[in-house]
Amino acid sequence: MDRRSFLRTSAVLASGLAALAASLSPLRKLDDYVSLERFVQKYYKELTPEEMKQVLKRIENEVERQYGIRPHVRDLKPMDGVEYVYALNLTRCIGCRKCVHACVQENNLSRTPEIQYIRVLKMPHGSLDVEKGEHNYAPESVPEKGFFYMPVQCQQCKNPPCVKVCPVHATWQETDGITVVDYDWCIGCRYCEAACPYWARRFNFTQPSIPKERINPDMAYLGNRPRRQGVMEKCHFCIQRTRVGRYPACLEVCPAGARKFGNILDPNSEVSYILRTKRVFIQLKEELGTSPRFFYYFDT
Amino acid sequence: MTRALRDYLVFLRRCGRIAFVGDWRYYLWMGVLTVFCLLGLNAYAKQLVNGLITTGMSDQVSWGVYIANFTFLVGVAAAAVMMVIPVYIYDNEELHDLVIFGELLAVAAILMCLAFVTVDLGRPDRFWHLIPGLGQLNFPASMLSWDVIVLNGYLLLNVHICGYLLYCRYRDMKPSQWFYIPFVFVAIGWAVSIHTVTAFLYVGLGGRPFWNSSIVGPRFIASAFTAGPALIILALQIIRRVTEYHITDRALLTLRGIVQVSMLINVFLLVNEVFKEFYTGNSVASSQYLYVGLHGYHALVPWIWTAITFNLVAMFLLVLPLSRSLKWLNLTCVLCIVGIWIEKGMGLVIPGFIPTPLGQIVEYRPSLNETLICVGIWAFGLLSYTVFLRMSVPILQGRLAKTNESLPDPGMDGAPASLAAKP
Ligand code: SF4
Ligand code: SF4
Repeated sequence: MDRRSFLRTSAVLASGLAALAASLSPLRKLDDYVSLERFVQKYYKELTPEEMKQVLKRIENEVERQYGIRPHVRDLKPMDGVEYVYALNLTRCIGCRKCVHACVQENNLSRTPEIQYIRVLKMPHGSLDVEKGEHNYAPESVPEKGFFYMPVQCQQCKNPPCVKVCPVHATWQETDGITVVDYDWCIGCRYCEAACPYWARRFNFTQPSIPKERINPDMAYLGNRPRRQGVMEKCHFCIQRTRVGRYPACLEVCPAGARKFGNILDPNSEVSYILRTKRVFIQLKEELGTSPRFFYYFDT
Repeated sequence: MTRALRDYLVFLRRCGRIAFVGDWRYYLWMGVLTVFCLLGLNAYAKQLVNGLITTGMSDQVSWGVYIANFTFLVGVAAAAVMMVIPVYIYDNEELHDLVIFGELLAVAAILMCLAFVTVDLGRPDRFWHLIPGLGQLNFPASMLSWDVIVLNGYLLLNVHICGYLLYCRYRDMKPSQWFYIPFVFVAIGWAVSIHTVTAFLYVGLGGRPFWNSSIVGPRFIASAFTAGPALIILALQIIRRVTEYHITDRALLTLRGIVQVSMLINVFLLVNEVFKEFYTGNSVASSQYLYVGLHGYHALVPWIWTAITFNLVAMFLLVLPLSRSLKWLNLTCVLCIVGIWIEKGMGLVIPGFIPTPLGQIVEYRPSLNETLICVGIWAFGLLSYTVFLRMSVPILQGRLAKTNESLPDPGMDGAPASLAAKP
């Protein structure tokens, strides 16, 4: 190679590299991906108890660094002989959306952009066809005449399509019937979101943000610990509460007493009683065969 | 053994070098594509940092143009191999060498497919969760895991077939039948499978009645076998123009036959679908949204009717003898490609999400950043295909061969540095 062509080649090479570097320059702000620890973290079901301890500690540190508050993160396992079921009384629900906001607070849901697990539909009398429902109703006061209200959240299907489609097993059904997501394993393909017939899944299109003073420090690994950009999340029946014997936040806040929750395997539980005695109760989109653990009923 | 290895490395090196050599038109073309690639890369870097919020997607419409392009390109990749059928089953010699161009197109299309799914991931850093053994591939339950397997398998198959045939030609050996014929037949079957699996990705979702219909699979195949060969007809003519490579009109017309039949089937299936949706009067809300609009929302209506018009015009042109003239045939091919791109992209993926399973209507428009990424990936695909052709054409012509190893590579060092260089 003579000198001229050498110079020419190097000039081309140098400007090519410069252009490449310039086009990649936004990556300088990329701090979310750099942690090696997080990159190599194992799948939830493969973590040994020892490793789990480490991971929980790491998460607590991260939350403390980010929000200035030391949380208590636990890995709560399902209880034996428990299968959770939700029952919602459509006669009582007044559409006040208190459950929506209680859920946001309890589960550390992103405030900007806004993520909510529960969607309340305003439905015209006489129809259960969700396509007739109104999502953005905002009257002076609820309830309005001629309508009833139907809150929809994850139905914790017995035969969940979202679990079936996930290419990496990042979401699965636990023995107590709760379908959970391993936020550290999800690759963010959003196939589950397309598969869910109840529009129950939410994706973190960007880094979620929560004001420091609103953080709920009582956290569970598969539950309400803060999520990161690019992963899926959804209602998990407040795992951090229900697996230690408390009620979900949406139930506690409901001023109309429309929400009932409990163990269907216990014949003395309230939900068992409701499903035994109510003449009509409904599973949404029953024809799809997803077999929801979420029942709607009426006062009859 | 070491000799064979050395020969092979020399082959690779010479192929690599020749990709950087050409006349000014070549440099201009490659330069423009590189600029678009870099723009796309820059847009992707922004998306990586800020998340998919930089796209037009939302929880309501959670897949957009990335997956739409992916779907279209799977079709192109599948169809490229369909040219192989007349050659190996009917011994159509006319197309024999052209098969390589088709398969190289398949390779480029699969590379683009893989790029499109990667940019769609929220956490591309976790791609290793998909690798069997290392991660947790949900096989066979998830159709997406099937897609990962069939696409990568298809890529390997085609790389093997093209690579082997070209290397044999380079060394002037007769390819050993056992080394590629079985793979060719596997690839033909595999081509159908990549498209079927991609269709099942949608068909398998019971909660989305627009996709959950048995006609989606057949329509996928029919439209792929229309758009793919149409693209090849155009590509072959460009190759013929910028290189000295000889391609007969007869070969192009054979491909026209494939496009013709596929388009007729495609339109027939479309009629079936539209009839079923609208005659009974209880059509799926998404179909209404797509074809006529729903509750005052109709962003996709002009698109789908453009696509249908293009398809119908193309169909008429194809059955008329008019399209035996190359000018008309080219117009027809463009209509086919654009029509099917709209139909498979905007017309299949997006309306599946509108309205949502809870009846909410949120429309979708790709953002600028998202569009740039798409443009970047298309530029990358074209760049790859150009490079593949730049390497394979001289080999097929015998200008790049083992026998002239010691001579300077064609088109280098002052020799006619041109794609059109004479041997
Ligand atoms: S409601 Fe949706 S997210 Fe919840 S289990 Fe069923 S399919 Fe999965
Ligand atoms: S988004 Fe996450 S949880 Fe959902 S299917 Fe993809 S990898 Fe699985």
